Amino acid sequence: MERSDLLDLLREDARTSTADLARMLDTDEATVQAELDALEADGAVRGYRAVLDPDRVEDERVEAVVELDVTLDRETGYEDIARRLVQFDEIRGLRLVSGDYDFAVDVEADSMRAVSRFVSDQVAPVPEVTKTVTHFVMQTYKEAGIAFEDGDDDDRLSVTP
Amino acid sequence: MSEFHVSERVGSVPPSGIRKFFELAEERDDVVSLGVGEPDFSAPWRAREAAIGALERGRTSYTANRGTRELREEVARYVQRFDLTYDADDEILVTAGASEAIDLAFRALCDPGDGVAVVQPSYVSYVPGVTFAGAEPIPVPTRAEDGFELTPEVLRASGAADAEMLVLCYPNNPTGATMDRAGLEAVAEFVRDHDLTVLSDEIYAELTYEGEHTSIAALPGMRERTVVLNGFSKAYAMTGLRLGYALGPADAVGAMNRVHQYTMLSAPTTAQHAALTALRECDDEVRSMCAQYDRRRRFVLARFREMGIDCPEATGAFYLFPESPDPDAGAFAEALLDAEGVAMVPGDAFGAGGAGHLRVSYATGMDDLRTAMNRLERFLDER
Ligand SMILES: Cc1ncc(COP(=O)(O)O)c(C=O)c1O
Repeated sequence: MERSDLLDLLREDARTSTADLARMLDTDEATVQAELDALEADGAVRGYRAVLDPDRVEDERVEAVVELDVTLDRETGYEDIARRLVQFDEIRGLRLVSGDYDFAVDVEADSMRAVSRFVSDQVAPVPEVTKTVTHFVMQTYKEAGIAFEDGDDDDRLSVTP
Repeated sequence: MSEFHVSERVGSVPPSGIRKFFELAEERDDVVSLGVGEPDFSAPWRAREAAIGALERGRTSYTANRGTRELREEVARYVQRFDLTYDADDEILVTAGASEAIDLAFRALCDPGDGVAVVQPSYVSYVPGVTFAGAEPIPVPTRAEDGFELTPEVLRASGAADAEMLVLCYPNNPTGATMDRAGLEAVAEFVRDHDLTVLSDEIYAELTYEGEHTSIAALPGMRERTVVLNGFSKAYAMTGLRLGYALGPADAVGAMNRVHQYTMLSAPTTAQHAALTALRECDDEVRSMCAQYDRRRRFVLARFREMGIDCPEATGAFYLFPESPDPDAGAFAEALLDAEGVAMVPGDAFGAGGAGHLRVSYATGMDDLRTAMNRLERFLDER
């Protein structure tokens, strides 16, 4: 069994049972379980999450993408800033990116007010942060490779040659 | 009744055995079907976009009879991956699906009464195609114990030596069998010894899960006696766009084009634009679909093994061809459909050698495959 094949399957559907993973990878459950344990222990697999369509879950959370500009000095690097930012539960994603700003931050909270307050009270005051631009997410069409479209549109005939 | 008389040729061909099963399956709406002979994916988006773009630019005329030059040149480049070299000028014919090419080949290359050896179990169109052309089908039944590969022994035993043409299809529908170079070489030797020509339907070439696909036309002394068929329906999930092609020596392809230019004029133009992009830009999508089929294949094989169902380790197309738990596969398939709403096609619909087997298509999502296997298991337990 190739590790990359197992990862492909997990990326597609992390809820696949170890029994089914073993069947698809032509191996036994114990081998798959050992590899899963190793992937988790190595930190190669950091977690498993459901991909939710915000339009269809009850307690609708507000998401925003926040652009962060920072200044560095001799004592402070990106890592140091990141280490502090990841501590906030409201920050769901944090990436250093190329281009016009430094960090792309995914923020999630109960309301637009809560997101705004979080950014102005918790993020903006961080000494190295020089500028924030907040983009509220209005609609999600695709996430984690899954397009949010309407159900099953298999229009094939049920039996064909 | 009308005033018409149905021709003897057409009247002598029974309706497809698949049709009957389709009607049974259509009667229920909760069917999980493993009876579908086409991909569950849509065509790659880039190919669809190319079709849309061609329509937007008003490309709605006929093309050259043989297909657009660009597409033929791209096909010529593409088939080099199978060690095949064909001249875009006069050795490639773009058709309305491989289906049209099958029909053209028999009509253009067989005379009435010619024997055409058809390797079976096989796709359902060959025997009717031979019959419509007035030629005589000679069934060549392959065997489960050979993994449904073709051997010189079965060729000899079935009287194929007297035929003019041999029709084979690997990777195979319905068995999923593939043939490696050594196996094909033995067949090629028989073909050369008995001076046969070959129609090799390689529409599932991309869907080969172990090793590489070998074309019989790439073997020594075979190019001049082989017409290769391929198409976009399976590898590129483009069934509804109706596009395929034939490759062969200029005189054979020229004869097929003679029929084509009068009966079809040219293959669908929009589809030709989509196909060009498919060949140029969609290798990654093909690889991804192929990887998914392969996983499903292994999943179903493993489930069959657990249920004690005998099934050759088929390594191509998207079919498995297990032995039916009840020797009467038709009765089994009907009972399974009735009790559990799972559709599998009885193997005898695919001709000689198919009886007692079931064709199981895994061109279906994992969730449906899981459900189908669980229902099958319950059905077997309760039997
Ligand atoms: C072996 C084989 N050949 C040809 C075809 C027809 O393909 P096309 O859609 O290109 O006409 C099929 C379709 O099921 C097939 O299985």
